[in-house]
Amino acid sequence: MLNLELFTPELTLAATAIVVILLDLVIPRKGWLVVVSLAGVVVAAGFTIAMWGGSSQAIFNNMLAVDNFALFFKLLFLAIAALVILASVDYVSKFSRFQGEYYALVLLSALGMMLMAATAELISIYIALELASISLYVLVGFLKDPKSTEASLKYLLLGAVASAVLLFGMALVFGFTGQTQLGEIAQAIQGLSLSGVLDSPGLILGMVLMVAGFGFKIAAIPFHMWVPDVYEGAPTPITAYLSVASKAAGFAIILRVFYSAFGLPSWLSLDWGFIFAVLAAIGMTLGNVIAIPQTNIKRMLGYSSIAQAGYLMVGLAVVGFSPAAEVVGRSSLLFFLASYALTNLGAFTAIIAISNKVDSDLIQDYSGMGRRAPLLALALTLCLISLIGMPPAAGFMAKFYIFSGAVQHGLLWLVVIAVINSVISAYYYLRVVKVMWLGEPASEEKVPSSGALRLALSLSCLGVLLLGVIPGYIMKLAEMAAKMFAF
Amino acid sequence: MIGLDIAFWILAVVGVIAALAVVLLGDVFRAALSLVLCFLTVAGIYITLSADFLAAVQILIYVGAISVLIILAIMLTRDVQRGSPSNRLRLPAFLVAILFFGGVAYALLNTTWQVSSTPPLEPTTPAIARLLFSEGGFILPVEIAPILLLAAIIGAIVLVREK
Repeated sequence: MLNLELFTPELTLAATAIVVILLDLVIPRKGWLVVVSLAGVVVAAGFTIAMWGGSSQAIFNNMLAVDNFALFFKLLFLAIAALVILASVDYVSKFSRFQGEYYALVLLSALGMMLMAATAELISIYIALELASISLYVLVGFLKDPKSTEASLKYLLLGAVASAVLLFGMALVFGFTGQTQLGEIAQAIQGLSLSGVLDSPGLILGMVLMVAGFGFKIAAIPFHMWVPDVYEGAPTPITAYLSVASKAAGFAIILRVFYSAFGLPSWLSLDWGFIFAVLAAIGMTLGNVIAIPQTNIKRMLGYSSIAQAGYLMVGLAVVGFSPAAEVVGRSSLLFFLASYALTNLGAFTAIIAISNKVDSDLIQDYSGMGRRAPLLALALTLCLISLIGMPPAAGFMAKFYIFSGAVQHGLLWLVVIAVINSVISAYYYLRVVKVMWLGEPASEEKVPSSGALRLALSLSCLGVLLLGVIPGYIMKLAEMAAKMFAF
Repeated sequence: MIGLDIAFWILAVVGVIAALAVVLLGDVFRAALSLVLCFLTVAGIYITLSADFLAAVQILIYVGAISVLIILAIMLTRDVQRGSPSNRLRLPAFLVAILFFGGVAYALLNTTWQVSSTPPLEPTTPAIARLLFSEGGFILPVEIAPILLLAAIIGAIVLVREK
């Protein structure tokens, strides 16, 4: 029997998206669309919280896991969607058409990501991933100017290639194990009594191709080519959404697939742990080095997000290197994702407010923002400090947890690279801070911001501070969430 | 069985050549026609695998509908006579493709794959229906798919219509 009450968050979100499109046809005051979308997100979050802490279950014949891991990510995606909708209000009210479609696509994409975090079966994983991606392809091209269209087309073409690679990998894994459900794949692999890589090159190839397919979503080098152009061309709220939600969804799915399907035997998890360690080292270094000469702040944050994906993959490597029963690797990864999401959303919200006024994304045009908009500049400074990983912001604790886990599991070389990279990254993050506070303002005009933007910004900054100052509480939640559904 | 093997190899070779032609031909229209041929050989491979329903769907949707759409789109596009632009990176791309092919071929040939000992079902359509729609089947992806299509349709409308 289906327990549809376990499916309520997803149903609510789908219904909200459809209601928003229909309402858009009949009501002239588009402000209500924001209210309805947010109400849907809040109700879905309410259903999700009501399920929190219960024992792990699965519905739809074990295809959809309802465990704390999925619920944690669902809450994260709902929070991100709400903040992105709030941050979009100013931007979208300039559109003469398709406001309803904009919010509906944001909601549908969030729905796809929620399903990504929960599905435990290869075919469902693929369809959920496509739902999230197709909505994002359209949102990236929403401005319909040449840059935005180019970004959308690039994202679509490269995304299609990544999907094809992912499907090829899934097909190989299916061919090797004869199963599509993650739990049954794990059982099949353990039943084969393999002793090493050379026994099963087909399985390893399937795994590597899946890493490539998912690596596109999380913008891991060398699958990062789309990031700078797409981040620059997309509407800024969607850039924020991409850099945060799409990345978190990618990590959620990687964690679930690799931990539950390829977690044992331990040589297999060491294999993929090592793949992620290498990708992490390259990603951090290239991302940070290329970010230095950037003059456009959206491109700079694009490369910075590639570097952040590298730090996050240190967490994945820890999960691969640590024994399956240990939760520390997974929980510190979840903590990093939550703190990164809040930090980047805060930074982008501040950028939206500033670029609304100065109509430019060049870093030099941020000169003197400290005097023109002290609160915005302060918020952006806090977020940039958090991205570097300095106290008291959330980024410090996040990096601390992940790096200490890595040291415990013999990945000292990776931590050394990561720390050197953090120092390099401080250079370009602090350059923005310096331009804002020490530069001469181009004009004395104040930078206005709407109530919705200020709400989104203060919520993100509050989150960044809370996670940085009292991390223990969120870490406990993350530890609860790290216990995944066992099949 | 020998007959099936011969059929598979003919279809596979023709399919790969057609796929290469899609990528290499400069004339977009000819490339589209090669794509149709490629779709047809895939349908043929489904038949050699006794997947009759999949073969029919492949012909109806890909060979029938999608090819017509692609050719219509080419006819409606200006600048199509100029053909697809040549690419300076052909040689490196060729080398990477060869390397990738070598790796994949090595991995696939050195792996013991799961082989089912039961004979193929006949006809397959009721079995597919049961697998998709019955309880304990793949109803979840079937239910996500319409939402995916909804998002795609909305997206198409948004992108095509004037701002």
